[in-house]
Amino acid sequence: MALLEFQNVSKTYNNVTQALQDVTFSLEEGEFVSIIGPSGAGKSTLMRCANRLVDATRGAILFDGQDITKMGKKDLRKVRTKTGMIFQHYNLVDRLSVVENVLHGLLGQKSTLSGMAGRYTEEEKAGAFRIIQEMGLAEQAYKRCDELSGGQKQRVGIARAIMQKPKLILCDEPIASLDPKSSKVIMDHLKEINRTKKITCLVNLHQVDVAIRYSERIIGVSGGRIVYDGPSSRLTGEVIHEIYQSGANDLIMDKLG
Amino acid sequence: MTDMAAVRPLLPVELEKAVSRSRSGKIRIAAKNKSRLAVNLLIAVLLILTAAAFLTFDYQNIDFAEAVLETLHNIKTVFLEPELSRDTVGGVLYQLLVTFCLGTLSTILGAVLAFFCSLLCARNLAGPVSVNVVKSIIAVVRAVPTVLWVLIFAVSAGLGSVAAVVGLTFHSFAYLTKAYAESIEEIDPGVIEALKANGANYWQIVCQAVVPAAITSMVAWTFMRFEINFANAVAMGAAAGAGGIGFNLFMAGSFYFDLHEMGMLTYIVVIAVVILEAISTKIKAKVK
Amino acid sequence: MEKNADIFRRRKLIYTAVFLAVIVIFAATSWVTEFSLVKGAASFPDAAAWIAENLIPDQEALERLPRILDRLLETALLSVAVTVVAAVFAFFFSLLGSGITRINGVVKRLVRIVAAFFRNVPDVVWAMLLMFSFGQNILTGFFALFFTTFGLLTRAFIETVDEVSASCVEALEATGANFIQLVFQGIIPSSLAGITTWVLYMIETNIRSSTLIGILTATGIGYLFDLYYKRLDFSSASLVILSIVVLVLVIETASNRIRKVVLS
Repeated sequence: MALLEFQNVSKTYNNVTQALQDVTFSLEEGEFVSIIGPSGAGKSTLMRCANRLVDATRGAILFDGQDITKMGKKDLRKVRTKTGMIFQHYNLVDRLSVVENVLHGLLGQKSTLSGMAGRYTEEEKAGAFRIIQEMGLAEQAYKRCDELSGGQKQRVGIARAIMQKPKLILCDEPIASLDPKSSKVIMDHLKEINRTKKITCLVNLHQVDVAIRYSERIIGVSGGRIVYDGPSSRLTGEVIHEIYQSGANDLIMDKLG
Repeated sequence: MTDMAAVRPLLPVELEKAVSRSRSGKIRIAAKNKSRLAVNLLIAVLLILTAAAFLTFDYQNIDFAEAVLETLHNIKTVFLEPELSRDTVGGVLYQLLVTFCLGTLSTILGAVLAFFCSLLCARNLAGPVSVNVVKSIIAVVRAVPTVLWVLIFAVSAGLGSVAAVVGLTFHSFAYLTKAYAESIEEIDPGVIEALKANGANYWQIVCQAVVPAAITSMVAWTFMRFEINFANAVAMGAAAGAGGIGFNLFMAGSFYFDLHEMGMLTYIVVIAVVILEAISTKIKAKVK
Repeated sequence: MEKNADIFRRRKLIYTAVFLAVIVIFAATSWVTEFSLVKGAASFPDAAAWIAENLIPDQEALERLPRILDRLLETALLSVAVTVVAAVFAFFFSLLGSGITRINGVVKRLVRIVAAFFRNVPDVVWAMLLMFSFGQNILTGFFALFFTTFGLLTRAFIETVDEVSASCVEALEATGANFIQLVFQGIIPSSLAGITTWVLYMIETNIRSSTLIGILTATGIGYLFDLYYKRLDFSSASLVILSIVVLVLVIETASNRIRKVVLS
């Protein structure tokens, strides 16, 4: 059974802007899939539909066999605890410490009261520290997040997602604000998680070369539609051209060369 | 490895080094940061002071429930049954104009004085002595409530528009000097340096570099102050006999005890404030 | 060079036009209010003399110092209490008015209108209105200041919350956190520094405002000033002013220090 399945999903903003049109695809457990496409193609909307940060206008979205589009708030929160999310701008609570931000990954699993007060068990805290160490942030654990560099912030973001013990991690442009060196570190971490923890990863990228290097399967989105869905090895120049429309050819050549 | 298993620590040794524990051995998670401590301390102090305030107030055995009920009833009368019976609409609008003019006058006077003073207390234009002296004066002038300035001037000028305008001007002047100086300090230092290198004199620098660079933010501050001055002019009319619609409010509320009249006057003031806010937002946008 | 000259000429033209407009407005408003700049300027020497004469309190005034300080303390505590209580209400109210709740646009707009209403109704109106029911009571001042402070802080907090929440709300929602957890773990930690800055500012403002309301409702430090002032006991009146100035300056200095640490 597929872990995540989009069935004819469409999304219209304010009844005017068509962000997604009839999107259908499915993710198997353990896959590492990249979504590529020009900015404004609907990549972000697609990703946010998967955990209902954005509500799809039409179609069904199945997570672990359940249709999340018709779920009540409580069930939806349960689904969200099983889906981690990583953002382009990290979206950390800047004025809290690294550990506290990582522990936020547990909020959905905790009672309202203890989550609100930020009370965690010793095991939970120890778990957070182990993940922090895996991410190479042990030295930074008590720093406030606004004291970190971009690459470090993103690693905190990943740690927060892992803390959830998710089945799926959604990565929305995880390296778009980072320099090449930090980007490589982040992508390596994601790949590592995917391999060792068997967490399925769905990654939005606008760097085609990165997508090809790290993922076995690529989904190309253009104008709110899926125009390519297949192995990265078969992603030819023509397909890329179709995804990015005309004029983008030089950009791609540049990236690949 | 066997050692570690024997002690059974929660965390591997090398990670334990990174962990900070409380006295009871619990893992800490809060950031080690001065700001957080300061905020927590401040909140604690404020809460203690608030509790102290409520405990020490002299309530004069007031029947709280009854007073609240009466207040609600009066609020209903004021805001749901407004009616002009003593003043005519024309008369009230004229008084509104007077209040508007009091606000305008004090803003203009305050702005002119503040402009020159801000040149004396902007760090990038004036020397440290001048900056400190002017800033201290300003702090004192600002610390005196507007109504007291009005009443001080009323001793020599008598109650009326002169005392009101001068009193309102004092506070505007202090407020705007601080604001203008901050606007000037934000100017790119290169602009001033370039003109200095060209051999421009002081007033050329002010007119050709400082004013054009800081004007947007200065205008924004001036209009913000104008909105405050209008509200203050209403208050001065009520509390210091300065005339304008505030005085009508005072007469309705404290002399005739006419809540309906007070309600209508309040609505007129609120509508005027909203309109002024909208206009000043437009002007601010235009200067940009 | 020619282009530069053109800019200078245009600038000169604009300056002149603005200058003339201001003069015209000044003349017109002076006429309406019967204000005279000469009279205004002429009042300065007298006012300066008054200040100089009464700045140093005489024996009689000094005897009143304990009473003045008593009222001053009351005023300070009143300002703190009003601001803190109003801030708590304003914070939760501002959550409804900010973009984070996503309840719907109607609630958001309603909250903003209510806040604007409380902000714009003059505090003197509240003071007089409350005089009818609470009389010469400290609670009159408390509630009069409360309504205005509540309105002002609600608007300020809506802006603060909207500013900080953009990033963390989405992330915490994605972890499955519920609304209350989101507020306490995301919004409050991120906005607390901004909120305390506003609270400190309002405490300072409320000390000044409470003087005015005191004069109007015959309570607190304002009443004391009014009493001495009307008795022409200017030395005591000026001691009241002096004490207010010292209090405000102390609070201002303290809050500047605190602000620096908090915002770091």
